[in-house]
Amino acid sequence: MGAVAELAERLRARAVSSRELVDASLRRAEATASLNAFVCLDPDGARAAAAQADDERARGIDRGPLHGVPVAIKDNLHVAGLPTTCASRILAGFVPRTDATAVGRLRAAGAIVMGKTNLDEFAMGSSTEHSAFGPVRNPVDEERVAGGSSGGSAAAVAAGVVPIALGSDTGGSVRQPAAFCGVVGLRPTWGSVSRSGLVAFASSLDQVGPIAADVESAQLVLEVLASPDPADATATRNLGPAAEPGRIGLITELADAVPPAGRSVLDRAVAALGGAEPVSLPSTRFAAPAYYVLASAEAASNLARFDGVRYGARVHGDSLAAMIRSTRTEGFGREVQRRVLLGNFVLSAGHRDAYYRRGLAARDRLRAEFDALFRRVDLLISLTAPETAFPVGSRPDPVAMYRSDLLTIPAALAGLPAVSVPVPGPGLPWGVQLMGPAGADRTVLAAARRLEAALR
Amino acid sequence: MSYTPVIGLEIHLQLATATKMFCGCSAAFGGAPNTRTCPVCLGFPGALPVPNEQAVVLATRLALALGATVQRSSAFDRKSYIYPDLPKGYQITQQVQPIATGGAVPVGARAIPLRRLHLEEDAGKSSHGSSSTTIDLNRAGVPLVELVTEPALRSPAEAAAFMKQVRRIVRYLGVSDGNMEQGSLRCDANVSLRRTDAEEPGDRVELKNINSFRFVSQALEHEIARHAALLDAGERVPRETRLFDAKRGVTVFMRSKEDDQDYRYFPEPDLPPLVLDDALLRRAREGLVELAHERAGRWERDWDLRAKDAAALSADRATAEWFEAAVGALGSRDGAQVRTLANLMLGEVARRLNDAGGLLADLPFGPARLAQLVELIEDGTLSVELARKVLGVLWTRDADPSAIADEHGWRQMSDDASIDPVIRAVLADHPAELGRFRAGKTKLKGFFVGQVMKRTRGTANPGLVSARLDALLAEQDG
Repeated sequence: MGAVAELAERLRARAVSSRELVDASLRRAEATASLNAFVCLDPDGARAAAAQADDERARGIDRGPLHGVPVAIKDNLHVAGLPTTCASRILAGFVPRTDATAVGRLRAAGAIVMGKTNLDEFAMGSSTEHSAFGPVRNPVDEERVAGGSSGGSAAAVAAGVVPIALGSDTGGSVRQPAAFCGVVGLRPTWGSVSRSGLVAFASSLDQVGPIAADVESAQLVLEVLASPDPADATATRNLGPAAEPGRIGLITELADAVPPAGRSVLDRAVAALGGAEPVSLPSTRFAAPAYYVLASAEAASNLARFDGVRYGARVHGDSLAAMIRSTRTEGFGREVQRRVLLGNFVLSAGHRDAYYRRGLAARDRLRAEFDALFRRVDLLISLTAPETAFPVGSRPDPVAMYRSDLLTIPAALAGLPAVSVPVPGPGLPWGVQLMGPAGADRTVLAAARRLEAALR
Repeated sequence: MSYTPVIGLEIHLQLATATKMFCGCSAAFGGAPNTRTCPVCLGFPGALPVPNEQAVVLATRLALALGATVQRSSAFDRKSYIYPDLPKGYQITQQVQPIATGGAVPVGARAIPLRRLHLEEDAGKSSHGSSSTTIDLNRAGVPLVELVTEPALRSPAEAAAFMKQVRRIVRYLGVSDGNMEQGSLRCDANVSLRRTDAEEPGDRVELKNINSFRFVSQALEHEIARHAALLDAGERVPRETRLFDAKRGVTVFMRSKEDDQDYRYFPEPDLPPLVLDDALLRRAREGLVELAHERAGRWERDWDLRAKDAAALSADRATAEWFEAAVGALGSRDGAQVRTLANLMLGEVARRLNDAGGLLADLPFGPARLAQLVELIEDGTLSVELARKVLGVLWTRDADPSAIADEHGWRQMSDDASIDPVIRAVLADHPAELGRFRAGKTKLKGFFVGQVMKRTRGTANPGLVSARLDALLAEQDG
């Protein structure tokens, strides 16, 4: 659907109405239904909101660049009145009464919620194949995955259904699907965007972020989302001002992890930015194992509440314990069950020291190394994923799947802002990732815009 | 064989906040089931905890009052277990970095050392029927402070005294209502026996839910006897958790240590470290008051009050403050006046309050009136008996005690000129008794005093009556 700035200009000039944009979005969603990007569409709600947005504009009210612009929301974020499924059977029938803070802020800025997008169940996955509603297909090549876990949001933007969408990034779930689908994906600094109303996967890693057709659109969303929220005790950060991105570091360990085709894409990006100095982040080799230990530990705890007692699906059992067991066995998919088991294992009395504590130690080390690097350089660069979109159904081995997040995990573990910028060219899209120190989201985005312009 | 009990207590106190620990729901006791709930305390997906500042202030206040070391930065952890009345599948508590460590609770002459104080949230309540279980989550998320002692208590009586002292202190500070019937004060105990000739204590048993002062001592008595019998028979005490059966007065097996849950503790990622800034500390300090035992000690020193009276009057904060206000209104704070005041409060005032079931605060008169009454007793205007009558009037309306006395003609007859004629008349009217008195039946003096009091409708000063009676009887002899 294009860039938000362009849409905003046309809306302001009355060259198009929000109602027309919504209708176009709905038509496009229908035309691309085979992508399976949406879990649910809300035509009536979207049309009503668009009519209100147009009415406001007619009365001279302008809520800013998102006023009247359609957005899609990953289905692990609450939208009042629409079911939140997390692409899981276990949440059947769960309808939140209030918006997630991020959704509420978008709506207050005038954005129109079109519907909820498909995802890996509870955001656990890198391909959006682990969904109770079936896999999302990549708009560039429908035989391939859209990446994950925010595959629905990335596909919806890439297919032109919406100009912007919200995703959530725990280990790379915004950036990697953005890269696979050839769009922009931003993971903001942890603690700058409220998680209230985001169904938790791994709280210390989860971060809501935008997926958009271009960097500026992603930034417009960030500016609406990023500020402290009294409903989230960890959302306390204000972003720093944009600084001129100066020295850029190329993380050699991450550069060495990609195949030659990827390496040449990375070199193109580095050249477009005027060069980068090689730097070392030795603990990246512990990052993925540490991530799967820590994220699974938190996931096991966060998902303990889905017991069939208070809401969602309930499968009968002859005793309380049997009811809870049947509900969870039938309600959760295989990948979620695997991570719950893994998480409880690494937290258990006999194994906590060997796994969970070492995971924390690796994370601390990685953070310290990032801190040291950011005293030398302003930004870091790598590819977003070590690969392009792979064929649907081609990765039955979970550990092979986990490798897709190798390059996005380090910034996630350290809570850093990171953006994936698409690299156009022949063949499937690649993504290049820029990372900055905590709070330097605007600086990261400024560099991303320069990169985007240079690559065009 | 002789043994010394080694007892440690874990006390859970509900903090006296208006709202729950991590959400805005009412923390009040009761309510229709599940009406005091929201997405946070129901554990709905997407809902996040936000710490209740007032709970932090109250826990800090208690820690300061007990001389504990308050941590400027503490942290929350998740304690995981599956139970239907635990909505999130974990309880938010402070396992690794509690809000305070150390401190002590004075119990009699001993100071019982504390290990730690930490904040946590309560679970809900399950009611198991024959075919179903119902759950009430009104209590889920209510703020608790857990107070853990060192294993320093030496007898069941001391454990019960400890609990009473804790309740008195928390009520004084206003940090908890300490109401055991409503679960605001709960107790678990660890008990083991140490052979008197040994250094190390024996194997430990945990007792759950001994939620009354009586149950604490009963459960511990029973447990100590059970351990002693096992040890005497040369057996080991199995490490286990037991429940107190209040009906039979015995402890019963609940689970063995091997079956203990693995709580899979880890740092609560939804909450940043709990930092006590200066403003919070100031709020905690503002509510610090002199505690009962401290007050009682001061009264004993300054006013020469008897220890027993000081303890009784200081036990409840409202009573203590009322008493202090009355003392403050006394013209003089010499021991006699304060003691008379104490006697009145522990005697007539306490009796009347007890009969009527009221509170000092509900009385029509204030502490200054009682001080006035004491002064009337001390200057001889009123006898204690008359003062009681005046108090009876004060109970119904607020008025100057001396005006009340005047109204009813209750001023004490304290001069010879008024009393002598009455004594003479009594002696004249009872020649037979007088004869027997002269014959040596001196006990009849009491009879004459009584008659004088009767004729003066109790207004005669009994001391003076006695003295004048002696004088007049001697005169008549001569």
